[in-house]
Amino acid sequence: MFSYCADPDTLGTFRWFSCYLTNGVHLSFYMSFVKVLLLLFITAPVALAMGFGGAMATRAHLAPVRWLGEGYIAIMRGVPDIAFFLFFVIALDQAFEWTRHQVLCPEWTDPIRQGNDFLVCPAAKLPLGTAPEWMHQSYSFFLAVITFAIVFGAFAANVLRGGMRAVPHSQLETAAAYGMSRRQTFWRILVPQMWIYALPGLSNLWLILIKATPLLFLLGIEDIVYWAREIGGTKTSRFTDYPHDDWRMWYFLFLLVFYLSFTRISEILLERLTVRLSHGQATTGGEALRKEAAV
Amino acid sequence: MKNCLDTIQDYGLRSIGIGERLLPKSDFTLCEQFTLIGSGMIWNIYFGLMALVSGYFLAVTLALGKSSSNRWARKPAEWFIFIFRGSPLFIQFFFAYFFFLSLKKSYPMFDMLTSAWAGALIVLFMNTAAYSAEIFYGALRAIPKGDVEAADAYGMSGWPRFRRIIWPTMMRLAWPAYTNEAIFLFHATTLVFFSAFPAWQQRGDALYYASYFADKTFNPFIPYPILAFYFILLTLTVVGVFGVINTRLNRHLPAERRAKMRLRLNLAR
Repeated sequence: MFSYCADPDTLGTFRWFSCYLTNGVHLSFYMSFVKVLLLLFITAPVALAMGFGGAMATRAHLAPVRWLGEGYIAIMRGVPDIAFFLFFVIALDQAFEWTRHQVLCPEWTDPIRQGNDFLVCPAAKLPLGTAPEWMHQSYSFFLAVITFAIVFGAFAANVLRGGMRAVPHSQLETAAAYGMSRRQTFWRILVPQMWIYALPGLSNLWLILIKATPLLFLLGIEDIVYWAREIGGTKTSRFTDYPHDDWRMWYFLFLLVFYLSFTRISEILLERLTVRLSHGQATTGGEALRKEAAV
Repeated sequence: MKNCLDTIQDYGLRSIGIGERLLPKSDFTLCEQFTLIGSGMIWNIYFGLMALVSGYFLAVTLALGKSSSNRWARKPAEWFIFIFRGSPLFIQFFFAYFFFLSLKKSYPMFDMLTSAWAGALIVLFMNTAAYSAEIFYGALRAIPKGDVEAADAYGMSGWPRFRRIIWPTMMRLAWPAYTNEAIFLFHATTLVFFSAFPAWQQRGDALYYASYFADKTFNPFIPYPILAFYFILLTLTVVGVFGVINTRLNRHLPAERRAKMRLRLNLAR
């Protein structure tokens, strides 16, 4: 990175670290933070959308749709989420390949499951065997995003369902009295008002989502945990210009501090959002704001 | 059927090192999967139970510390709770393991801390203490003012007032949330062998064996539902036991005021 980095052995402590912390593997380490943030910002809206769908399904008139919504929430919540992460990564991959196999190779007659193997025709492989390395990486990242969205969608569905229930029933009755249809009542009255009731649950969910991001490591992504383990391990001078002892403890301490500050900043921002959304609401929070303004 | 009994004999206690040494390598039967994953549950129950019981005492202490008016009691408690609730348990496991590893290098007497049964237990103990402390702290602040005033009027103070008025009321108010915490804790125990802590001689927990089978057969549709089955059983047991305690905590109240147990399962850490 810097011009004086050519021969690290001769450098003083400060300069040595400035070279060490900007070498190639460290740049990959910093890039993996971007990966985590990317995962968060993609997953959060997708999970929210899935949660909204789930919550809508639990209010459906048609019983099978309602059962589907309730079953989705109940199953996801009874079992450790890590089990789901490990399960979905393989299951989704196999589901995609199986579907492609059925579409692309109808003439294939061998069974797909042979003993302990899962064999689809070469054209149905995902990503294709000939695909470049970045395709493989983005495919596993894509699987991770879907997995996170499915698991956290169930949590969000539960929170949003609570928010929908919390909207005062008289509001809905008033809408009916004005002659609104069920659909109009839902979109114009219920949905705009439910957010303030769902917000405490959703902010909690955001914090939990942040704290679940290291599980990316379990899904085979080269994320911050992966790099911290890789870079932190003991390095001898045979393999690197920057030999050092086992520093994994310090790398994980850094990750700990990173997550602590990330959750703290989120907490502060969410607190502000709550205040803003409470304006003009018929809740104790909104009432407190009204009184404050009056004084 | 005879065959399955043999399997149970061989692998029923495999996770704690009793029975057949080698794990099945191929041609996995349903019975083997049920037995080994069930055997792994021993670890989940061990971690969950030990952390819950030991963490309870630290949690009450921390909650009292956080609500104390003394700075020197309040600040450490607040920081402890913030650190353990604000960071992922997964990272805590990693950090603790490598910390214990370097501790062991300088002081060999800390050898046992690098093995899961002690090291991971310490992390889970502190983690659950922090989460429970926050619950107890909330309950402590929700104790009806009249209860404490009545205690004052009876001339109670200090330890008797805490033991006979504040503590039971705190427990009663916190219990439904504490039940959830217990369920999360049991779910969180599945992380242990997926963080740095090694599963010595392949003695792992339920998820360790489930993923072993999923890796070997490349078929996730059998081991993970089995794991789910065991965890739902465990969750129902926890709910049952905590429900009995909840009834006892609320026994003096008129029926309609008793706190209903609200089941809100899951949520990761």
